[in-house]
Amino acid sequence: MDQGVIYFPSKPSIIASGVVGGPLEKKSVFAADFDLLLDDERAEEKSNEKGHKQMALQACQIALEKANIKERDVDFLMSGDLVNQMTPSNFLASTLGIPYLGLYSACATSISGAIVAALLTELGASKYALAGAASQHNSIERQFRYPVEYGGQKPGTAQWTVTAAGYALIAKGQMNSPVIEAATVGKSIDLQQTDPFHMGAAMAPAACDTITRHLKGRGQSLSDYDLIITGDLAKVGLPILQECLIKEGMAQQDVMKIRDAGAEFYGDDQTFLAGASGAGCSASVFFSTILKGLNEKKYERVLAVATGALLSPLTVQQNESIPCTAHAIEISMK
Amino acid sequence: MFATLLIAFIVGGLICVVGQLIMDLGKLTPAHTLSILVVLGSVLDGFNLYEPLIDFAGAGATIPITSFGNSLTHGALAEAEKHGWIGVLTGMFEVTSSGISAAIVFGMIGALIFHSKGQHP
Amino acid sequence: MDAKQYDTLQQSLSPKPSIIKNCLKAFLVGGIICTIGQLITFFYMAYFNFTERTAGNPTVATMIFLAMLFTGFGLYKKLAQFAGAGSAVPVTGFGNAVISSAIEHKSEGYVLGVGGNIFKLAGSVIVFGVVSAFVVALVKLLLVTVGVTNW
Repeated sequence: MDQGVIYFPSKPSIIASGVVGGPLEKKSVFAADFDLLLDDERAEEKSNEKGHKQMALQACQIALEKANIKERDVDFLMSGDLVNQMTPSNFLASTLGIPYLGLYSACATSISGAIVAALLTELGASKYALAGAASQHNSIERQFRYPVEYGGQKPGTAQWTVTAAGYALIAKGQMNSPVIEAATVGKSIDLQQTDPFHMGAAMAPAACDTITRHLKGRGQSLSDYDLIITGDLAKVGLPILQECLIKEGMAQQDVMKIRDAGAEFYGDDQTFLAGASGAGCSASVFFSTILKGLNEKKYERVLAVATGALLSPLTVQQNESIPCTAHAIEISMK
Repeated sequence: MFATLLIAFIVGGLICVVGQLIMDLGKLTPAHTLSILVVLGSVLDGFNLYEPLIDFAGAGATIPITSFGNSLTHGALAEAEKHGWIGVLTGMFEVTSSGISAAIVFGMIGALIFHSKGQHP
Repeated sequence: MDAKQYDTLQQSLSPKPSIIKNCLKAFLVGGIICTIGQLITFFYMAYFNFTERTAGNPTVATMIFLAMLFTGFGLYKKLAQFAGAGSAVPVTGFGNAVISSAIEHKSEGYVLGVGGNIFKLAGSVIVFGVVSAFVVALVKLLLVTVGVTNW
């Protein structure tokens, strides 16, 4: 096995998932597969941060309902978001009352959570584990950029933080459910990109490294997969990743089949610039449309690669570069 | 009257183009750009160049943020002329109080009545 | 691939902002905002006791009031995405920076939130305006005192 590649012989399964989107996400091409679309961006709560937590809570509850499981039956909760100190996740955990590990991999948190859940399941420590991530546009914009109502011109490479939450319920190996067969933990890769309005370029090398390492470690090639989908490289980042993979010696026709959730999320709507981003982007798409595709046997083997830019407003102002990561899970359906 | 409006349009527009060039070519944030323009306005007044521009362009010169730097310097210079060294400090906000006070008052009122609406790009 | 090679690759695949188009949009919107300012100046001169010089202050206040309405109704950020510096450079942009910060930090209360953050974005403009005015006035005073120039 290569560095950071994990194989799960007991085949932990994703038995259910819950995905909630905000009002603007009704425009998403994936919206039909979401379980719930809110009419209010703050989920009828007083503050953006409370709405953020509420949305994540609803996603978790939907996942539990689908599997017909109570909170007390869940052994672990793996959750993360982009707000300072991940308070929405912390409040979510206190409401659910499930033993909780807060994880921060920026927009790659959905998959880092799924990897930890799969490991705990593999170990036998967990019968049921919830893993996922969320982001709420307003609270993330104020955290990383400007006040929501501030008029600043964003370049065409900028991305729109989605309001969405996606949580998956991971259980011991079961028939008739997609299984997490293997995973690759991302390195933190820093190729000295500094533009916070051009995250696609910062994150593409991390996705390239993780995909290359996963394929090498598993002895596979791109054509072994029905679908390889990245998290939120968006319309500018995806072609950069494809170019990087071609330079790594992969076949062009396979590389061009790679899809990106952020690039597709809002369709061709120009108001969203390069496309979607945010922890909720990969979480909502992977745990709705992609899982559905697996369950319906549209795909037999999927590599879901969530990408994350590990910057903070402080490091940006101090002119530091943007290290990025990408975590991948290999999901298969028999 | 029409000529005045046209001049205001052209001069005001050109000052904004200077701002856009600083932002795009210099790859600077709006905060950096506006700070540079304020300093520019203030320095221009040091050479007695901004007031003639106001006489020529009216709102085309008073509305852009450069005018804020100009008013600060203008107030300081006017007091310095009367009272010497001490005037440099005391005169600064003499001319330009309205922009800041209006922004604070309307900021507070805005906070009282509005909520941010991120969901409408 | 090292950082330099990657940057070249990345830039070759990234769209460049069209500077000419951005400048045209900034010119158009900035010009229109200043024209509106001029109309307001005319209004104050015609109906109140203001002269060309003194009408500047009420005009600026009125423009900031308009900026508050545009900001509050979520229109200023849309205008700004189109206009860039065209909406940032006029005093309405200063107003938008102050007002958007105030609205944003309402959730932390009026003292620590609104009061403490109202100049979060616009503060640097005031700071650099004041410091530069101080330096300029000081230098000029010095030059006048030694007789190099006059007021």
